[in-house]
Amino acid sequence: MADGDWDGPTVALRARARAKRFRLVLLEKDYDMPKRVLLGLLLVCGLAAPALAQEPKTGGVINAVIQPEPPGLMLAQVQNGPTQMVSGNIFEGLLRYSPKLEPLPELAESWSVSEDAKTYTFKLKKGVTWHDGKPFTAADVLFSMEMLKQTHARARTNLAQVDKIETPDQHTVVFTLKQPFGPFLGIFEVGSMPMVPKHLYDGTDWKTNPYNNAPIGTGPFMFKEWQKGSFIRLVKNPNYHEKGKPYLDEIYWQIIPDAAARSVAYETGKVDVLPGGSVENFDVPRLSKLKDTCVTGAGWEFFSPLAWLWLNNRQGPLADKRVRQAIMYAIDRDFAKDVIWNGLGKVATGPSASTIKYYTDDVKKYPYDPAKAKALLKEAGYKGEKIRLLPLAYGETWQRWGEAVKQNLQDVGMTIETIATDVAGGNQKISDWDYDIAFTYLYQYGDPALGVGRNYISSNIAKGQVFNNVEGYSNPEIDKLFAEGAVATPDSKRKEIYEKAQKILVEDVPVAWMLELQFPTIMRCKVKNLITTGIGVNDGFKDAWLDK
Amino acid sequence: MKQFWKSMLKSPSGVIGLVILLVAVSVAVFGPMLFPNSPWRMVQRPFLPPFTLSTVPLGTDALGRDIFAGMIFGARVSLLVGLVSTLAALIVGVPIGAMAGYFGGKVDDALMRFTEFFQTIPSFALAIVLVAILQPSIYSIVASIAVVSWPPVARLVRGEVLSLRTREYVQAAVVTGQSNSWIILREILPNALSPVIVLASLMVATAILLESSLSFLGLGDPNLISWGYMVGAGRTVIRQAWWITVFPGIAILISVLGLNLIGEGLNDALNPRLSREGR
Repeated sequence: MADGDWDGPTVALRARARAKRFRLVLLEKDYDMPKRVLLGLLLVCGLAAPALAQEPKTGGVINAVIQPEPPGLMLAQVQNGPTQMVSGNIFEGLLRYSPKLEPLPELAESWSVSEDAKTYTFKLKKGVTWHDGKPFTAADVLFSMEMLKQTHARARTNLAQVDKIETPDQHTVVFTLKQPFGPFLGIFEVGSMPMVPKHLYDGTDWKTNPYNNAPIGTGPFMFKEWQKGSFIRLVKNPNYHEKGKPYLDEIYWQIIPDAAARSVAYETGKVDVLPGGSVENFDVPRLSKLKDTCVTGAGWEFFSPLAWLWLNNRQGPLADKRVRQAIMYAIDRDFAKDVIWNGLGKVATGPSASTIKYYTDDVKKYPYDPAKAKALLKEAGYKGEKIRLLPLAYGETWQRWGEAVKQNLQDVGMTIETIATDVAGGNQKISDWDYDIAFTYLYQYGDPALGVGRNYISSNIAKGQVFNNVEGYSNPEIDKLFAEGAVATPDSKRKEIYEKAQKILVEDVPVAWMLELQFPTIMRCKVKNLITTGIGVNDGFKDAWLDK
Repeated sequence: MKQFWKSMLKSPSGVIGLVILLVAVSVAVFGPMLFPNSPWRMVQRPFLPPFTLSTVPLGTDALGRDIFAGMIFGARVSLLVGLVSTLAALIVGVPIGAMAGYFGGKVDDALMRFTEFFQTIPSFALAIVLVAILQPSIYSIVASIAVVSWPPVARLVRGEVLSLRTREYVQAAVVTGQSNSWIILREILPNALSPVIVLASLMVATAILLESSLSFLGLGDPNLISWGYMVGAGRTVIRQAWWITVFPGIAILISVLGLNLIGEGLNDALNPRLSREGR
């Protein structure tokens, strides 16, 4: 089934063609062999290698699609996906993260951790100014933390371990933790912890501050205008603190409500960049075949969206572990990846995506095996009781996936009834625990303590909320492991703990893990260096340039 | 009755319509027995063009499901929805229209204002709202189609009854002291039936279209395949795979056309003036 016109082979071919092109360039320069192979590999991986061969050019305008229109751009107060994508250009965090999730300097130029892993000292970059010309200092960091604790739910949780924050001088910030917290260096990305200007917000009503509509940050691009329903325009920050950057003059974020119209806008040349998720999957193969079009799945490593089926562990047949395991065996996840997701993504092995820390694939495996599923169902005494399936109302792809999973489960003898619902209705049902099987996908934020444990620990069973432990899985050993893992030192100890937790969870199947999703970014090949970090398009276009 | 069939078979459109309907109904009734494969089963590679494999003559859709099987099972749902919702609409519309026409006065006023209340709301919009509120299922779809399609029936029956009410045989029945319900059921309605039958055949066609439109918008019963669902699901990939939408689309077109032709044939056969001319 690998032939045909899906995206997987196309991407590979394209990457190979690109690699060939650049390998030729390299041959002329007579690089030695290992280096050449390494570079070739980098190119195949779709990384920003062209920059090695070319100097960035300055100037030009990029048109990108933003979908849907963001509700606002004040990143510290609004955290929707599209807001993060646009405002990642306007605001900055203290750190950014490489595709391997190592911290990289942004507003903090260096950092150190004390011996007892409880004190983190950040040295801020000097000479950074806000878009209005005022200098960025440690006082702004302090103020941002204060605001985020009130306006940003995830930041509040991330900062829970912080005992106090001090600013010994204008360019130093010291965080003292109550106890060591392993993932602490992973919480400073712009969407999780954007820096806001104290001089504009201090003493005002944050919610109604006029700068919410024309945000001022330290980022490479400045907010210029927002024609509601049409476009958001950002212009180059001439005083940006990284000399020579950004390369682009302007970014237009085009707002196009219809998915088919977004594809057409790319085809007709109205837009140059389609960020992940902005067109339907089945359009991806067609669009990536277009001339001068490059596709990459990179830039989602920090978020690592993982799709799974919530299984209601509380009641009915699914309360039996063997039935849950049977579901894992019954579902053809390779089919879902190859056909429904056009070959993008990766079959999940367990609760952690392979891109996040302490991932291990040394766990029980669940290949597609209907016979085994049937045997397990029989052993568990399942007799065709009706099981309700709740698909995710996020468009065609998810609808088709729901149909395929339903068919897989029916093939092994389960009685499945699909419940049609919209996004809000689905959230309602899941948070009320009124479901048997439900589709979802969640971000993992690079560390099991930030994005994985929340879905399996029993203290997170709370009716009325949708992204916690809604499956009702409760295992004291898992609770203990995740509690220890968050604060254990050194790293090797954490690794040991999380690997153990993954093994137990995969054996118990509290939820049925499906795929590590990849949202391909489609762009014209003349757009270079768009994605350079693990945060991808959400990290801003400061490195991007146009090859004219 | 013999006379009716004679004139029905005389009109070419009626014959064509009957043939089409007969084929569609037999496919719906016997098809699933001959082709027992579930239309949801993924049987071949996705996007297989039609006429390449004899096992899947019409090709496969985006998930590799057999389009031919989908058409056969879809016939059942589409025709059933058309028929049942029309019956439901008649059950509501005929009594309301008959009572309004027969009793007149305040009863008429009340019933007609009630009918107009439904008529002022665009019917498709109302159907969407009802299905969305009731959650999409075959029952909510039938119910909402019935709710939006009974007012024309009521208006038509009322008009017929109004004109028949003043006929002498009706007045004779009143004079002989027969009860109102007896008069409506035995004297008036049988004579008012012809236009209602014609309207009903067209309503089945409209109901099939309504169900298709609802499924097209993703408001179909997720557990049942229908032609409208197939068109809706294939719409977005029409540039890569035309056959996913075209074949069920043709099925909708032909069955709606057939029902319209039957309506025309019935009109010819049942209209006394036209049939007299034909004699």
